Amino acid sequence: MQIAPSTRNETMLETTAPTDAEAGVSVRHLNFFYGSNQALRDVSVDFRAREVTALIGPSGCGKSTLLRVLNRMYDLYPGQRAEGEVLIDGRNILGPGVDATSLRRDVGMVFQKPTPFPKSIYENVAFGIRLHEKLGRAELDERVRWALSRAALWDEVRDRLNASALGLSGGQQQRLCIARSIAVRPEVLLLDEPTSALDPISTLKVEELIDELKADFTIVIVTHNMQQAARCADRVAFFYLGELVEIASAEDLFTRPREKRTQEYVTGRFS
Amino acid sequence: MSGSALSFARRRRFGNYFWIGLSALLSVGIAAILLLILVYVFYQGVTSISWAFLTQVPHPVGVPGGGVGNGILGSAVIIAIATLIALPVGVLTGIYLTLFAPPRLAGALRFAADVLASVPSIAIGLFAYEVLVAPFHHFSALSASFAFSILMMPLIIRTTESAIRLVPTDMREAAVALGATELQTLFRCILVAARPGIMTGLILAVARVTGETAPLLFTAFGSQFWVVNPNQPMAELSLQIFTYAISPYKVWHNQAWGGALLLIMAVLTLSLTARIAFRGKVTANL
Repeated sequence: MQIAPSTRNETMLETTAPTDAEAGVSVRHLNFFYGSNQALRDVSVDFRAREVTALIGPSGCGKSTLLRVLNRMYDLYPGQRAEGEVLIDGRNILGPGVDATSLRRDVGMVFQKPTPFPKSIYENVAFGIRLHEKLGRAELDERVRWALSRAALWDEVRDRLNASALGLSGGQQQRLCIARSIAVRPEVLLLDEPTSALDPISTLKVEELIDELKADFTIVIVTHNMQQAARCADRVAFFYLGELVEIASAEDLFTRPREKRTQEYVTGRFS
Repeated sequence: MSGSALSFARRRRFGNYFWIGLSALLSVGIAAILLLILVYVFYQGVTSISWAFLTQVPHPVGVPGGGVGNGILGSAVIIAIATLIALPVGVLTGIYLTLFAPPRLAGALRFAADVLASVPSIAIGLFAYEVLVAPFHHFSALSASFAFSILMMPLIIRTTESAIRLVPTDMREAAVALGATELQTLFRCILVAARPGIMTGLILAVARVTGETAPLLFTAFGSQFWVVNPNQPMAELSLQIFTYAISPYKVWHNQAWGGALLLIMAVLTLSLTARIAFRGKVTANL
């Protein structure tokens, strides 16, 4: 289950595709199909390391689909397939011989609805760590504490680590899920509309958290909320009908969009 | 509004009240029957229950006292062994048919489980007799456990299935997204989340066989003594009730009522445990 660091370095040497120098993740000519339905069309985009990139666009535009390609979540469902390349650290994760379970250790994901396991708070955070590493009790405690602190939840739960995670509020549960994801120390963090089920105050906390986390992780966030994209993201990518229409800094995309479709969307002309 | 329209509305309203009233009345009737049985068994049985009744073996006719202690022990042993067989088989089958079986096979398995659930218990007892009694030329508790386990399996299979289906896809994906393999997702996430539902199914299955008598007639057979060896004929509470109830002696009738009260209390306790302990954690109604 463990992936030796040397493996990554070796594969890095094989890379030939030109990528953004700072790219944490490079998507090249990606096509995605649900059966015979094409959901992504020739998408090429770079997600820079230690930046937040927001994916926006109307429902069904393919933004969540793209997210689910990046950790190969679509593998779970027969009939779904991806063509093209996704390079992470120079390794094409869509290529043959890539172990999806070890890939997902490097690429964490947080879902729309909080998904705590029916276990204690501690066990939720330890879940992913235990899958990949054999840590002693003290080390495990320390990692759990680190992840919870990093997710800005430690102070709220330090006295009840053994209480059920299901007793937390929705916002706390979502931060717990973020803690659980970063506990395995991924390089990339995928957030699929992480605040759409939360109240405004919890949303604010999660947004502040995202800003904190980008120091350590490459973050890709799907959101329906353009204000959120403007607040959180360094760069914003606008998708429409399975195509990447435009990617630019948040400021440029919202105030000086190059494409007419982007302008129409960000000004609320269609959704 | 015309007169006929008014009377039509009135007739509809009357019909509405009539049928609602009737179903309410019948529902109360059903609850009343349950209550009546409980009260009557309690009334008849409570005088028989004493420490001696719970701890002694039956006495011969004419010798006062005696109890169903060996029957209680026998029931516990037989059901425990049946659970040991039925739980793993049932849960694994439930897992397979929910998560891994191709749809057609899953449908066939589900149908088989449903049919098995409706096979008369006496037929299952006969089957156990043919397989585990006749070839060995003696009755045994083990053959009774075997018969019971077959009765329990379909219930466990179907509750396992519905418990697993109730685990949200999101939760499974969350485990996968953390890098869990298929097997890790199953054992560390899905089964953990489904456990309350599976436990409920198990308790209801135990409650179901606790009240069974027919399959015991030619498997456990009954005994007048303390028996713990599952390879021997063994006493069993419901079997003792049956034997006592068809006897011609008033004293034994009283013993039967006492036993019946114990049995009803046991089943009631099990059902209530299943309802209360796991309330809200499973929405499957079984």
